[in-house]
Amino acid sequence: MKFPSPSSAEAVVAISNLSRHFGAKAALEDVSVFVPRGSVLGLVGENGAGKTTLIKHLLGSLKAQTGNVRVFGLDPVLDPVGVLGRVGYLSERRDLPGWMRVSEFIRYSQAFYPGWNEAYAAQLLEQFQLDPTQKIKTLSQGQQAKAGLLTSLAYRPELLILDEPSSGLDPVVRRDILEAIIRTVADEGRTVLFSSHLLDEVERVADYVVMLQRGRVVLNGRTEEVRRDHISAVLVFAEPPAKAPVLAGAHAISGHGSEWRVLFSGSRLELETAATQIGARVVEELTPTLDEILVARAARKGN
Amino acid sequence: MAPIGWSGDSNAMQLRISIQDGAPIYQQIVEQVKYLVAAGRLKPGEDVPPIRVLAEQLRINPNTVARAYLELEREGVVTMRQGFGTKVVQVKTLLSRREKLRLLAEPADMLLTHAHHLNVELDEVITLLRDRDAVMQPESSK
Repeated sequence: MKFPSPSSAEAVVAISNLSRHFGAKAALEDVSVFVPRGSVLGLVGENGAGKTTLIKHLLGSLKAQTGNVRVFGLDPVLDPVGVLGRVGYLSERRDLPGWMRVSEFIRYSQAFYPGWNEAYAAQLLEQFQLDPTQKIKTLSQGQQAKAGLLTSLAYRPELLILDEPSSGLDPVVRRDILEAIIRTVADEGRTVLFSSHLLDEVERVADYVVMLQRGRVVLNGRTEEVRRDHISAVLVFAEPPAKAPVLAGAHAISGHGSEWRVLFSGSRLELETAATQIGARVVEELTPTLDEILVARAARKGN
Repeated sequence: MAPIGWSGDSNAMQLRISIQDGAPIYQQIVEQVKYLVAAGRLKPGEDVPPIRVLAEQLRINPNTVARAYLELEREGVVTMRQGFGTKVVQVKTLLSRREKLRLLAEPADMLLTHAHHLNVELDEVITLLRDRDAVMQPESSK
Protein backbone atom coordinates (compact mmCIF):
# COMPACT_ATOMS: atom_id res chain seq x y z
CA MET A 1 0.00 0.00 0.00
CA LYS A 2 1.25 3.49 -0.87
CA PHE A 3 1.09 6.56 1.28
CA PRO A 4 0.73 9.36 -1.21
CA SER A 5 1.67 12.93 -0.37
CA PRO A 6 -1.07 15.57 -0.27
CA SER A 7 0.39 17.37 -3.29
CA SER A 8 0.30 14.17 -5.34
CA ALA A 9 -0.48 14.77 -9.00
CA GLU A 10 -3.09 12.01 -9.04
CA ALA A 11 -5.16 13.75 -6.37
CA VAL A 12 -8.88 13.01 -6.61
CA VAL A 13 -9.58 16.50 -5.31
CA ALA A 14 -7.26 19.32 -6.32
CA ILE A 15 -8.05 22.84 -5.18
CA SER A 16 -5.42 25.43 -6.07
CA ASN A 17 -5.35 29.01 -4.79
CA LEU A 18 -9.11 29.22 -4.53
CA SER A 19 -10.58 32.53 -3.36
CA ARG A 20 -14.24 33.36 -2.98
CA HIS A 21 -15.90 36.57 -1.84
CA PHE A 22 -19.53 37.14 -0.96
CA GLY A 23 -19.81 40.90 -1.41
CA ALA A 24 -17.06 42.40 0.73
CA LYS A 25 -16.72 39.27 2.86
CA ALA A 26 -13.93 36.87 1.99
CA ALA A 27 -15.31 33.34 2.46
CA LEU A 28 -12.23 31.59 1.07
CA GLU A 29 -8.81 33.17 0.66
CA ASP A 30 -6.09 31.48 -1.40
CA VAL A 31 -7.06 27.95 -0.36
CA SER A 32 -5.13 24.96 -1.72
CA VAL A 33 -6.19 21.44 -0.75
CA PHE A 34 -5.25 18.10 -2.33
CA VAL A 35 -6.82 14.77 -1.48
CA PRO A 36 -4.88 11.74 -2.78
CA ARG A 37 -6.81 8.71 -3.99
CA GLY A 38 -7.61 6.22 -1.24
CA SER A 39 -7.19 8.66 1.62
CA VAL A 40 -9.45 10.41 4.10
CA LEU A 41 -9.24 14.16 4.57
CA GLY A 42 -10.86 15.85 7.55
CA LEU A 43 -11.86 19.47 7.15
CA VAL A 44 -12.07 21.29 10.46
CA GLY A 45 -12.66 24.82 11.71
CA GLU A 46 -15.22 26.89 13.51
CA ASN A 47 -18.67 27.61 12.11
CA GLY A 48 -18.33 30.12 9.30
CA ALA A 49 -14.68 29.25 8.63
CA GLY A 50 -15.50 28.33 5.02
CA LYS A 51 -15.88 24.53 5.14
CA THR A 52 -19.29 24.37 3.45
CA THR A 53 -18.27 27.00 0.88
CA LEU A 54 -15.26 24.87 -0.01
CA ILE A 55 -17.44 21.76 -0.37
CA LYS A 56 -19.92 23.62 -2.60
CA HIS A 57 -17.07 24.32 -5.02
CA LEU A 58 -16.37 20.59 -5.24
CA LEU A 59 -20.00 19.88 -6.10
CA GLY A 60 -20.06 22.58 -8.76
CA SER A 61 -22.72 24.62 -7.00
CA LEU A 62 -20.25 27.49 -6.65
CA LYS A 63 -17.90 28.61 -9.41
CA ALA A 64 -14.30 29.48 -8.55
CA GLN A 65 -13.85 33.27 -8.68
CA THR A 66 -10.09 32.90 -8.66
CA GLY A 67 -8.08 29.72 -8.55
CA ASN A 68 -8.81 26.25 -9.72
CA VAL A 69 -11.05 23.38 -8.62
CA ARG A 70 -10.69 19.89 -10.07
CA VAL A 71 -12.42 16.67 -9.04
CA PHE A 72 -11.17 13.54 -10.86
CA GLY A 73 -9.30 16.07 -13.00
CA LEU A 74 -12.63 17.58 -14.14
CA ASP A 75 -14.13 21.01 -13.54
CA PRO A 76 -17.30 20.37 -11.50
CA VAL A 77 -18.98 23.50 -12.92
CA LEU A 78 -18.34 22.58 -16.57
CA ASP A 79 -18.88 18.84 -16.17
CA PRO A 80 -21.41 18.30 -13.36
CA VAL A 81 -22.56 14.94 -14.74
CA GLY A 82 -18.99 13.63 -15.00
CA VAL A 83 -18.28 14.66 -11.42
CA LEU A 84 -21.53 14.16 -9.50
CA GLY A 85 -22.12 10.69 -10.95
CA ARG A 86 -18.98 9.56 -9.15
CA VAL A 87 -19.48 11.48 -5.90
CA GLY A 88 -21.55 10.48 -2.89
CA TYR A 89 -22.66 13.51 -0.91
CA LEU A 90 -24.35 13.97 2.43
CA SER A 91 -24.90 17.37 3.97
CA GLU A 92 -25.73 18.50 7.47
CA ARG A 93 -29.00 19.86 6.13
CA ARG A 94 -30.41 16.60 4.90
CA ASP A 95 -32.94 18.01 2.44
CA LEU A 96 -34.74 14.75 1.86
CA PRO A 97 -38.23 14.67 0.33
CA GLY A 98 -40.28 14.19 3.50
CA TRP A 99 -43.42 13.05 1.67
CA MET A 100 -41.71 9.99 0.17
CA ARG A 101 -41.56 6.61 1.81
CA VAL A 102 -38.06 5.20 2.41
CA SER A 103 -38.54 2.65 -0.40
CA GLU A 104 -39.72 5.38 -2.82
CA PHE A 105 -36.79 7.58 -1.89
CA ILE A 106 -34.41 4.70 -2.62
CA ARG A 107 -36.03 4.03 -6.03
CA TYR A 108 -35.99 7.77 -6.79
CA SER A 109 -32.27 8.06 -5.94
CA GLN A 110 -31.49 4.88 -7.87
CA ALA A 111 -32.80 6.49 -11.07
CA PHE A 112 -29.93 9.01 -11.03
CA TYR A 113 -27.10 6.53 -10.78
CA PRO A 114 -26.41 3.83 -13.36
CA GLY A 115 -23.91 2.19 -11.00
CA TRP A 116 -26.52 1.64 -8.27
CA ASN A 117 -25.88 -1.59 -6.39
CA GLU A 118 -29.23 -3.05 -5.32
CA ALA A 119 -27.73 -5.78 -3.15
CA TYR A 120 -25.61 -3.24 -1.29
CA ALA A 121 -28.60 -0.90 -0.86
CA ALA A 122 -30.61 -3.79 0.62
CA GLN A 123 -27.73 -4.65 2.92
CA LEU A 124 -27.47 -1.05 4.15
CA LEU A 125 -31.25 -0.85 4.64
CA GLU A 126 -31.05 -3.83 6.95
CA GLN A 127 -27.89 -2.70 8.70
CA PHE A 128 -29.33 0.77 9.36
CA GLN A 129 -32.62 -0.82 10.51
CA LEU A 130 -34.74 1.42 8.31
CA ASP A 131 -38.40 0.60 7.67
CA PRO A 132 -38.96 0.94 3.88
CA THR A 133 -42.66 1.69 4.32
CA GLN A 134 -42.12 4.65 6.65
CA LYS A 135 -42.51 8.25 5.40
CA ILE A 136 -39.25 10.17 5.55
CA LYS A 137 -40.75 13.06 7.50
CA THR A 138 -41.73 10.68 10.32
CA LEU A 139 -38.15 9.40 10.72
CA SER A 140 -35.94 10.59 13.57
CA GLN A 141 -32.94 12.84 12.84
CA GLY A 142 -30.66 9.82 13.09
CA GLN A 143 -32.78 7.69 10.76
CA GLN A 144 -32.97 10.51 8.22
CA ALA A 145 -29.18 10.74 8.32
CA LYS A 146 -28.96 6.99 7.71
CA ALA A 147 -31.43 7.20 4.81
CA GLY A 148 -29.33 10.00 3.28
CA LEU A 149 -26.16 8.01 3.87
CA LEU A 150 -27.69 4.92 2.25
CA THR A 151 -28.47 6.78 -0.98
CA SER A 152 -25.01 8.38 -1.08
CA LEU A 153 -23.25 5.02 -0.59
CA ALA A 154 -25.37 2.59 -2.63
CA TYR A 155 -23.70 3.38 -5.96
CA ARG A 156 -20.26 2.93 -4.40
CA PRO A 157 -19.01 6.40 -5.28
CA GLU A 158 -15.30 6.91 -5.89
CA LEU A 159 -15.40 10.01 -3.70
CA LEU A 160 -17.55 10.43 -0.61
CA ILE A 161 -18.11 14.02 0.56
CA LEU A 162 -19.74 14.50 3.95
CA ASP A 163 -20.50 17.96 5.30
CA GLU A 164 -20.82 17.76 9.10
CA PRO A 165 -22.39 14.30 8.83
CA SER A 166 -22.49 13.75 12.61
CA SER A 167 -23.98 17.10 13.47
CA GLY A 168 -26.76 16.77 16.04
CA LEU A 169 -26.76 12.97 15.98
CA ASP A 170 -26.52 10.50 18.83
CA PRO A 171 -23.39 8.37 19.37
CA VAL A 172 -24.90 5.23 17.81
CA VAL A 173 -25.67 6.96 14.50
CA ARG A 174 -22.31 8.73 14.60
CA ARG A 175 -20.72 5.31 14.92
CA ASP A 176 -22.60 4.08 11.82
CA ILE A 177 -21.36 7.10 9.88
CA LEU A 178 -17.80 6.55 11.04
CA GLU A 179 -17.99 2.89 10.02
CA ALA A 180 -19.34 3.92 6.61
CA ILE A 181 -16.28 6.14 6.15
CA ILE A 182 -13.98 3.29 7.23
CA ARG A 183 -15.64 0.80 4.84
CA THR A 184 -15.46 3.30 2.00
CA VAL A 185 -11.70 3.66 2.28
CA ALA A 186 -11.22 -0.04 2.94
CA ASP A 187 -12.66 -0.59 -0.56
CA GLU A 188 -9.58 -0.15 -2.70
CA GLY A 189 -9.05 3.32 -4.04
CA ARG A 190 -12.06 5.13 -2.62
CA THR A 191 -11.56 8.59 -1.20
CA VAL A 192 -13.35 10.52 1.53
CA LEU A 193 -13.51 14.23 2.34
CA PHE A 194 -15.52 15.14 5.40
CA SER A 195 -15.99 18.21 7.53
CA SER A 196 -16.60 17.87 11.23
CA HIS A 197 -16.33 19.71 14.47
CA LEU A 198 -15.94 16.42 16.33
CA LEU A 199 -12.19 16.41 16.42
CA ASP A 200 -11.78 12.99 18.00
CA GLU A 201 -13.59 11.49 14.98
CA VAL A 202 -11.28 13.37 12.64
CA GLU A 203 -8.30 12.12 14.57
CA ARG A 204 -9.49 8.53 14.32
CA VAL A 205 -10.18 8.35 10.61
CA ALA A 206 -8.44 11.20 8.79
CA ASP A 207 -5.11 10.63 7.04
CA TYR A 208 -4.89 14.36 6.41
CA VAL A 209 -6.38 17.30 8.21
CA VAL A 210 -7.02 20.80 6.89
CA MET A 211 -7.94 23.53 9.33
CA LEU A 212 -9.72 26.60 8.00
CA GLN A 213 -9.93 29.86 9.89
CA ARG A 214 -11.87 32.78 8.48
CA GLY A 215 -11.47 31.37 4.97
CA ARG A 216 -7.76 30.67 5.20
CA VAL A 217 -5.91 27.38 5.54
CA VAL A 218 -4.03 27.59 8.83
CA LEU A 219 -3.03 23.92 9.07
CA ASN A 220 -2.66 21.31 6.36
CA GLY A 221 -0.86 18.00 6.66
CA ARG A 222 -0.87 14.43 7.86
CA THR A 223 -2.99 14.25 11.00
CA GLU A 224 -0.19 12.97 13.20
CA GLU A 225 2.30 15.51 11.83
CA VAL A 226 -0.08 18.39 12.49
CA ARG A 227 -0.23 17.20 16.09
CA ARG A 228 3.49 16.60 16.34
CA ASP A 229 4.21 20.16 15.15
CA HIS A 230 2.58 21.44 18.32
CA ILE A 231 3.60 21.14 21.97
CA SER A 232 1.39 21.55 24.98
CA ALA A 233 3.83 22.60 27.72
CA VAL A 234 3.91 23.86 31.26
CA LEU A 235 6.27 26.76 31.92
CA VAL A 236 7.56 27.63 35.37
CA PHE A 237 8.76 31.15 36.06
CA ALA A 238 11.36 31.92 38.71
CA GLU A 239 9.58 35.25 39.24
CA PRO A 240 5.79 35.02 38.81
CA PRO A 241 4.92 37.46 36.00
CA ALA A 242 2.51 40.31 36.85
CA LYS A 243 0.36 39.64 33.77
CA ALA A 244 -0.03 36.84 31.20
CA PRO A 245 3.40 36.31 29.64
CA VAL A 246 3.94 36.65 25.90
CA LEU A 247 5.82 33.82 24.20
CA ALA A 248 6.88 33.83 20.54
CA GLY A 249 5.23 30.90 18.70
CA ALA A 250 2.53 30.40 21.36
CA HIS A 251 -1.11 30.12 20.31
CA ALA A 252 -2.60 30.23 23.75
CA ILE A 253 -1.27 30.72 27.24
CA SER A 254 -3.24 30.29 30.43
CA GLY A 255 -2.53 30.04 34.13
CA HIS A 256 -1.51 32.24 37.02
CA GLY A 257 1.34 32.73 39.47
CA SER A 258 4.51 30.93 38.43
CA GLU A 259 2.97 28.07 36.34
CA TRP A 260 1.49 28.65 32.88
CA ARG A 261 0.24 26.21 30.25
CA VAL A 262 1.11 27.09 26.70
CA LEU A 263 0.22 25.67 23.29
CA PHE A 264 3.26 26.18 21.11
CA SER A 265 3.96 25.43 17.47
CA GLY A 266 7.55 24.56 16.74
CA SER A 267 10.26 22.21 17.94
CA ARG A 268 11.22 21.42 21.55
CA LEU A 269 14.44 23.35 21.14
CA GLU A 270 12.57 26.42 19.88
CA LEU A 271 10.20 26.19 22.82
CA GLU A 272 13.06 25.97 25.32
CA THR A 273 14.83 28.92 23.70
CA ALA A 274 11.67 31.03 23.71
CA ALA A 275 10.95 30.10 27.33
CA THR A 276 14.47 30.96 28.49
CA GLN A 277 14.15 34.37 26.86
CA ILE A 278 11.20 35.25 29.10
CA GLY A 279 12.73 33.78 32.25
CA ALA A 280 10.86 30.48 32.34
CA ARG A 281 11.75 26.83 32.10
CA VAL A 282 9.74 24.01 30.54
CA VAL A 283 8.64 21.36 33.04
CA GLU A 284 6.15 19.33 31.00
CA GLU A 285 5.77 18.64 27.30
CA LEU A 286 2.89 16.76 25.69
CA THR A 287 1.60 16.25 22.17
CA PRO A 288 -1.75 18.06 22.16
CA THR A 289 -4.92 16.64 20.62
CA LEU A 290 -6.41 18.25 17.50
CA ASP A 291 -9.15 19.59 19.73
CA GLU A 292 -6.64 21.43 21.92
CA ILE A 293 -4.88 22.80 18.83
CA LEU A 294 -8.12 24.07 17.28
CA VAL A 295 -9.31 25.69 20.50
CA ALA A 296 -5.94 27.36 21.10
CA ARG A 297 -5.74 28.69 17.55
CA ALA A 298 -9.33 29.91 17.64
CA ALA A 299 -8.78 31.68 20.96
CA ARG A 300 -5.94 33.75 19.55
CA LYS A 301 -8.31 35.42 17.10
CA GLY A 302 -9.53 37.75 19.87
CA ASN A 303 -6.03 39.17 20.48
CA MET B 1 -17.82 -11.40 5.01
CA ALA B 2 -14.51 -12.52 6.50
CA PRO B 3 -11.49 -12.48 4.17
CA ILE B 4 -9.73 -15.76 3.45
CA GLY B 5 -7.19 -16.84 6.02
CA TRP B 6 -8.90 -15.16 8.95
CA SER B 7 -10.08 -17.50 11.68
CA GLY B 8 -12.68 -14.94 12.67
CA ASP B 9 -11.78 -15.04 16.34
CA SER B 10 -12.34 -11.42 17.30
CA ASN B 11 -11.08 -12.09 20.83
CA ALA B 12 -7.63 -12.84 19.52
CA MET B 13 -6.37 -9.30 19.85
CA GLN B 14 -7.88 -6.66 22.05
CA LEU B 15 -6.25 -3.28 21.57
CA ARG B 16 -7.13 0.09 23.03
CA ILE B 17 -6.57 3.26 21.11
CA SER B 18 -6.37 6.56 22.93
CA ILE B 19 -6.71 9.85 21.09
CA GLN B 20 -5.36 11.70 24.14
CA ASP B 21 -2.13 9.73 23.86
CA GLY B 22 0.69 11.74 22.31
CA ALA B 23 1.76 8.74 20.20
CA PRO B 24 0.24 8.40 16.70
CA ILE B 25 -2.46 5.72 16.43
CA TYR B 26 -0.35 3.45 14.17
CA GLN B 27 2.42 3.52 16.75
CA GLN B 28 0.01 2.62 19.54
CA ILE B 29 -1.00 -0.46 17.51
CA VAL B 30 2.63 -1.40 16.87
CA GLU B 31 3.52 -1.09 20.57
CA GLN B 32 0.48 -3.02 21.77
CA VAL B 33 0.93 -5.88 19.29
CA LYS B 34 4.57 -6.13 20.33
CA TYR B 35 3.47 -6.16 23.95
CA LEU B 36 0.96 -8.96 23.26
CA VAL B 37 3.67 -10.99 21.53
CA ALA B 38 6.13 -10.37 24.36
CA ALA B 39 3.49 -11.36 26.92
CA GLY B 40 2.67 -14.55 25.00
CA ARG B 41 -0.91 -13.52 24.32
CA LEU B 42 -0.15 -13.63 20.59
CA LYS B 43 1.80 -16.70 19.59
CA PRO B 44 3.98 -17.39 16.56
CA GLY B 45 1.87 -18.59 13.64
CA GLU B 46 -1.24 -16.92 15.02
CA ASP B 47 -3.25 -14.57 12.80
CA VAL B 48 -3.74 -10.92 13.61
CA PRO B 49 -7.10 -9.55 12.35
CA PRO B 50 -7.31 -8.42 8.71
CA ILE B 51 -6.79 -4.67 8.21
CA ARG B 52 -10.44 -3.97 7.56
CA VAL B 53 -11.63 -5.97 10.58
CA LEU B 54 -9.28 -4.22 13.00
CA ALA B 55 -10.09 -0.81 11.48
CA GLU B 56 -13.80 -1.32 12.06
CA GLN B 57 -13.24 -2.80 15.50
CA LEU B 58 -11.15 0.19 16.63
CA ARG B 59 -13.10 2.69 14.49
CA ILE B 60 -9.98 3.99 12.83
CA ASN B 61 -8.72 4.51 9.29
CA PRO B 62 -7.72 1.23 7.55
CA ASN B 63 -4.69 3.05 6.11
CA THR B 64 -3.50 3.51 9.70
CA VAL B 65 -3.85 -0.23 10.43
CA ALA B 66 -2.05 -1.04 7.18
CA ARG B 67 0.75 1.29 8.21
CA ALA B 68 1.00 -0.37 11.63
CA TYR B 69 1.16 -3.84 10.04
CA LEU B 70 3.81 -2.68 7.58
CA GLU B 71 5.86 -1.36 10.48
CA LEU B 72 5.37 -4.61 12.40
CA GLU B 73 6.48 -6.54 9.33
CA ARG B 74 9.51 -4.28 8.92
CA GLU B 75 10.43 -4.95 12.53
CA GLY B 76 9.98 -8.68 11.96
CA VAL B 77 7.03 -9.17 14.32
CA VAL B 78 4.52 -10.28 11.69
CA THR B 79 4.58 -11.48 8.12
CA MET B 80 2.01 -10.48 5.51
CA ARG B 81 1.14 -12.78 2.63
CA GLN B 82 -1.54 -12.06 0.07
CA GLY B 83 -4.47 -14.38 0.71
CA PHE B 84 -2.99 -15.87 3.88
CA GLY B 85 -3.47 -12.94 6.21
CA THR B 86 -0.97 -11.46 8.60
CA LYS B 87 0.73 -13.85 10.98
CA VAL B 88 2.89 -13.47 14.04
CA VAL B 89 6.39 -14.83 13.42
CA GLN B 90 9.13 -16.16 15.69
CA VAL B 91 10.50 -12.79 16.72
CA LYS B 92 13.58 -14.26 18.35
CA THR B 93 15.15 -15.61 15.19
CA LEU B 94 14.52 -12.65 12.94
CA LEU B 95 16.48 -9.75 14.35
CA SER B 96 20.17 -9.59 14.97
CA ARG B 97 21.17 -8.93 18.55
CA ARG B 98 22.56 -5.53 17.59
CA GLU B 99 19.34 -4.58 15.80
CA LYS B 100 17.31 -5.62 18.83
CA LEU B 101 19.44 -3.54 21.18
CA ARG B 102 19.22 -0.59 18.79
CA LEU B 103 15.41 -0.78 18.89
CA LEU B 104 15.50 -0.89 22.69
CA ALA B 105 17.84 2.08 23.10
CA GLU B 106 15.16 4.72 22.56
CA PRO B 107 12.61 3.44 25.11
CA ALA B 108 15.52 2.83 27.50
CA ASP B 109 16.59 6.47 27.17
CA MET B 110 13.03 7.56 27.82
CA LEU B 111 12.79 5.39 30.94
CA LEU B 112 16.11 6.72 32.25
CA THR B 113 15.02 10.31 31.63
CA HIS B 114 11.81 9.73 33.59
CA ALA B 115 13.75 8.03 36.37
CA HIS B 116 16.21 10.92 36.51
CA HIS B 117 13.41 13.50 36.78
CA LEU B 118 11.77 11.47 39.54
CA ASN B 119 15.06 11.03 41.43
CA VAL B 120 14.91 7.23 41.09
CA GLU B 121 18.30 5.53 41.25
CA LEU B 122 19.50 3.25 38.44
CA ASP B 123 19.54 0.23 40.79
CA GLU B 124 15.88 0.79 41.59
CA VAL B 125 15.06 1.02 37.88
CA ILE B 126 16.79 -2.30 37.25
CA THR B 127 14.86 -3.89 40.13
CA LEU B 128 11.64 -2.47 38.67
CA LEU B 129 12.46 -4.00 35.26
CA ARG B 130 12.97 -7.44 36.87
CA ASP B 131 9.65 -7.10 38.72
CA ARG B 132 7.77 -6.09 35.58
CA ASP B 133 9.37 -8.93 33.65
CA ALA B 134 8.12 -11.39 36.26
CA VAL B 135 4.60 -9.97 35.90
CA MET B 136 4.70 -10.17 32.09
CA GLN B 137 5.96 -13.78 31.81
CA PRO B 138 3.44 -15.93 29.95
CA GLU B 139 1.74 -18.63 32.04
CA SER B 140 3.46 -21.45 30.15
CA SER B 141 7.02 -20.38 30.98
CA LYS B 142 6.45 -19.81 34.69
